[in-house]
Amino acid sequence: MTTPIIKSPYLFDHPYPGKLIVVEGIDGSGKSTQLSLLRKWLESQGSNIFFTEWNSSELVKETTKRGKKTKALTPLTFSLLHATDFANRLYHQILPPLKAGMIVLADRYMYTAFARDAVRGVSPSWVRRLYSFALKPDLAFYFRVPIEVSLSRLLEGTRAELKYYEAGMDLGLSPNLVESFTLFQSRTLIEYDKIVDEFGLTVMDATLEIDEQQAQVREIVSKTLATYKPKRSFHAKREALFWRRFALPESERTQGETDRG
Amino acid sequence: MPYQSLKGLKGKLIAVEGPDGVGRSTHIELLQEWLEVQGYGVLTTGWTRSELMSKTIATAKQGNILDPWSYSLLYATDFADRLEHQIIPALRSGFVVLADRYIYTAFARNTIRGCDRQWIHDVFGFAIVPDLVCYLRIDVDTLALRVIESKGMNYWECGMDMRLGADLYDSFKKYQGLIIAEFDSIAEEFGFQVVDARRPPDEIQEVLRARILPILSEGRTKRIHKAAADKTSAEKSHADKPVLATPETSPETSTVPATDCSNKETPR
Repeated sequence: MTTPIIKSPYLFDHPYPGKLIVVEGIDGSGKSTQLSLLRKWLESQGSNIFFTEWNSSELVKETTKRGKKTKALTPLTFSLLHATDFANRLYHQILPPLKAGMIVLADRYMYTAFARDAVRGVSPSWVRRLYSFALKPDLAFYFRVPIEVSLSRLLEGTRAELKYYEAGMDLGLSPNLVESFTLFQSRTLIEYDKIVDEFGLTVMDATLEIDEQQAQVREIVSKTLATYKPKRSFHAKREALFWRRFALPESERTQGETDRG
Repeated sequence: MPYQSLKGLKGKLIAVEGPDGVGRSTHIELLQEWLEVQGYGVLTTGWTRSELMSKTIATAKQGNILDPWSYSLLYATDFADRLEHQIIPALRSGFVVLADRYIYTAFARNTIRGCDRQWIHDVFGFAIVPDLVCYLRIDVDTLALRVIESKGMNYWECGMDMRLGADLYDSFKKYQGLIIAEFDSIAEEFGFQVVDARRPPDEIQEVLRARILPILSEGRTKRIHKAAADKTSAEKSHADKPVLATPETSPETSTVPATDCSNKETPR
């Protein structure tokens, strides 16, 4: 058998014309807000954006939901399910736009798994090998924020509630939701700090005002995009022009109709 | 799994591997009956049968769009769920666990789909090494006849996702041929007990029972990643077990020794 062996590429730059930009941070760090503002800006510049979110593939989402409801998930199955979701999205969502030369924005990437699974007691080296099929992003932001700030954002902000797994309640650290959240997220913060060094993530001060952070984000992103040549799909936007390419010449068109008749 | 202790697993884990349609499930049913008659508690566990994942895998298969990574990880999740919710608790209470397929099936399928061999070994690094793996070995021509005669060929058993042949039959032969070749090399690497599955069912059952019998009174299970990390030590640990003796010492297998059988079967 001479099947080509597919090597793990996540330590190397990917060869595709598109760009992959990811954001990381604990819940309530404001990373999603920053990413959606970045998307607005890039789109206003005329770029084609593809957006993907952690644990969002149809296939796995249902299972995770079912597992969470029955609380049947163990740290191991939790970790494997997220890896399955990631693999599925990588090959069906992230890769095609990257190959087509688009900018892909990912809300959370494999580093989330590295941080959370380590806190849940899964072997860090095993998780890293699990994700060895992943692609290295062109730019990875880490929004660093103290627990108190993220907690107050979650409790006073738009959602005003903490979720069971977000608070790490499955670990049984504390019966109190807020207390469990604090303990779980502080451990996650420690793991993130290790990951920042290991994978060279770009650290952002997530306690700054939203617009201040966004200005920094845009500046860093423009540096990353300096080598990027956007592919404009203007045909799709100018329908008349697009369809003209497929239209038959007048003479042939009447010919065809006569034949059919 | 650093968060779960694997100490005190009194039971025995016995896996039966082999290609689709070779008769694994039939033999496992017979073995369960035989063991229960002798008074052993028996749990059978089958590939993709976990509560958490079986529905998901069925959905995924309908889509036919799986890349080798999602494919393997779905199976790994299913296996992990069964390991933690069925296999380990059963072993802890002293059951004999009969596994219809084990992680080696994932190794074989994943490798022929072009994934890194090391990666899939790493993914299943949390698994427990079975006390015994019986490999029902068959050649692809006999297998094809048997499958057509019994329940017919299906899309996945033919590996149609790999586009190996124009029709089910061609694809089945190529796909199962690759699977068998891969199983053969895995069998060597992990020290399987090879059983010639071309023989009549009652003879196969006899051989299986003869291999299982000595296991039942032997030491306890080990964790696989120790073995996977150091292949030689894994081989050694298999060799150390007196029950996994060479075929010559076992009367049932003396007619068709495993080594002999592997030379005769499957033209390479």
